[in-house]
Amino acid sequence: MSHLLEVKNLSVSFPTDDGLVQATDDLSFHLDLGETLAIVGESGCGKSVSSMAIMGLHNPKSTQISGQVLINTVLGRTDVITASSEEVRKLRGGTVSMIFQDPMSALHPYFTVGDQISEAWLLHNDGTKSDARKKTIEMLDLVGIPDAKSRVDSYPHQFSGGMRQRVMIGMALINQPKILIADEPTTALDVTVQSQILMLLKEMQREFNMAVILITHDLGVVAEVADRVNVMYAGRLVEEGGVNEIYRNPVHPYTIGLLASVPRVDQAHGTRLKTIPGQPPSLISLPSGCAFEPRCEFAKYVPGEICKVTRPEVELKLIDHHARCHLTAQEVRSHL
Amino acid sequence: MSENILEVRGLLKYFESSGGVIGRKRQTIKAVGGVDISVGIGETVGLVGESGCGKTTVGRTILKLYEPTAGSIIFQGQDITKFSNSKMKPLRAQMQIIFQDPYSSLNPRHTVGDIVASSFYIHKLTPEGGIKKTVQELLERVGLNPEHINRFPHEFSGGQRQRIGIARAIAIRPKFIVADEPVSALDVSIQAQIVNLLDDLQKEYGLSYLFVAHDLSVVQHISDRVVVMYLGKVMEVAQTQALFQSPHHPYTKALLSAVPIPDPAIERSRERIILNGDLPSPANPPTGCVFNTRCWKAQDKCRSVAPQLLQVGASQVACHFPE
Repeated sequence: MSHLLEVKNLSVSFPTDDGLVQATDDLSFHLDLGETLAIVGESGCGKSVSSMAIMGLHNPKSTQISGQVLINTVLGRTDVITASSEEVRKLRGGTVSMIFQDPMSALHPYFTVGDQISEAWLLHNDGTKSDARKKTIEMLDLVGIPDAKSRVDSYPHQFSGGMRQRVMIGMALINQPKILIADEPTTALDVTVQSQILMLLKEMQREFNMAVILITHDLGVVAEVADRVNVMYAGRLVEEGGVNEIYRNPVHPYTIGLLASVPRVDQAHGTRLKTIPGQPPSLISLPSGCAFEPRCEFAKYVPGEICKVTRPEVELKLIDHHARCHLTAQEVRSHL
Repeated sequence: MSENILEVRGLLKYFESSGGVIGRKRQTIKAVGGVDISVGIGETVGLVGESGCGKTTVGRTILKLYEPTAGSIIFQGQDITKFSNSKMKPLRAQMQIIFQDPYSSLNPRHTVGDIVASSFYIHKLTPEGGIKKTVQELLERVGLNPEHINRFPHEFSGGQRQRIGIARAIAIRPKFIVADEPVSALDVSIQAQIVNLLDDLQKEYGLSYLFVAHDLSVVQHISDRVVVMYLGKVMEVAQTQALFQSPHHPYTKALLSAVPIPDPAIERSRERIILNGDLPSPANPPTGCVFNTRCWKAQDKCRSVAPQLLQVGASQVACHFPE
């Protein structure tokens, strides 16, 4: 059976005055109906760029894209990269939908939230404006906006941050998408509001049987909601596996370092944080070998200059658990 | 108390919102509504709360960057509440601030050397060995290349810029630093580096920190004592260990339960308290306990009488019905 979404060898780069920025490099992953895939990594690792490619949002004039983004629906298979802009527009907001980090800048300040959600519905459905309004009120009610009947005529600035994010979610779900891409959906929110929104997302996922791609840098949020995890570093997928596998048996040195450097509320107070030395490389001049090698504490266990010279491929390390590293899982774990 | 470097009593800070051209009604934003905080010598006090709770305003008012509306601020035994700017200036050499945003807090037209040395110029000090040598030593101390003294802020990454901000703050050896969300703009792996650096500098220079942050996991890591704020009021004060192990205030409890733990097994078996609604407006805070609109234990008394900060076990709690 084919997957709902298949990303194959996706590379996105931006030519700039300083050189070619390789934002994502040879990225492959898949997504199935009803599951939550978390894409984790730090700023500039390519997590947002790859999700924008899935939505077909890159400007072809200023971007070089290669690879495939295949979306399989009952209507057939579409490759977002090669499809016409007309075809992609039909998918976008319909089969594939997206919510953003900052709901204030993603909503138009001049229009009521009702107008904006209705517009999204009218683009993909045949119906009158009053049908759209009815649908919109139902949706606002569903995402937990109190008194939706009157709030439908409010403007974005009249909502709090958490309520705006609920409006955004309502807008993204109005056409019952099969894939929802949530790009840092709770980063701008306070923790108590964050748990409300994460709970809402889970409920909506069940309600509409959606697959969710959750893009985040917060490993706590990932632990809470994800089924599978992709870890990215410098535009490349470095580790991929089930959420328990990734947290219990991380095999890529970057994942190991990342997990160890997060302070935890359930940890004893006063312990020193582990750090990853140095900083991520520039995407213009990536090392020819492994991109993580300059910061890697495990590179010394690999004979010769292999890590510096040869780029590791994504390999199966444990059951259903892949990583891009020259060391085997056993070798890495024996040096922990 | 003599062992405290900072003693704040009943601090009040109101902001007047402007009328505006369309004749909107003037409003008073009650950002800080009566806060007591003390910081001991060599101690790190964490000040936590959600956005709009007044934690940043407290930090800035303590440094007299804002004029307090009422209350008293005692720094090293001196009441500085009514001090003028010129009287504050010599004291400012003792108290410094590290800002959240490493992009907007460094002047893009000044070199790193000028930025770090600015306090020497302002206070007309010449350190032993000269300014340039001292600045290079400081850069090295915070983990930057001393040869980069003539570079400009845009040539550095976010984490490196935060190191520049730290070097500037410690340059004239202050006693007390307000760190206002110093790591929240940084990636996790960089965040850990900066937290450890702040830890080391504290030990080395005997610094006292007021660490203002919304991220409870970072606060629990770095603080000796924690003050929890909500809508301009202190909800709970306790030693870090006590606060995180047995929170007494319902708000603290809810806040702690909302922090995700990076472990799927623990995360999915936790009981989570989900608070309804949002933070009320500080222009029009609820009567009685400010938390009563979102509290699951709220009763009539909570809606009419504001609770005082009282001793409960090892903590101080402002709640009529503590856990």
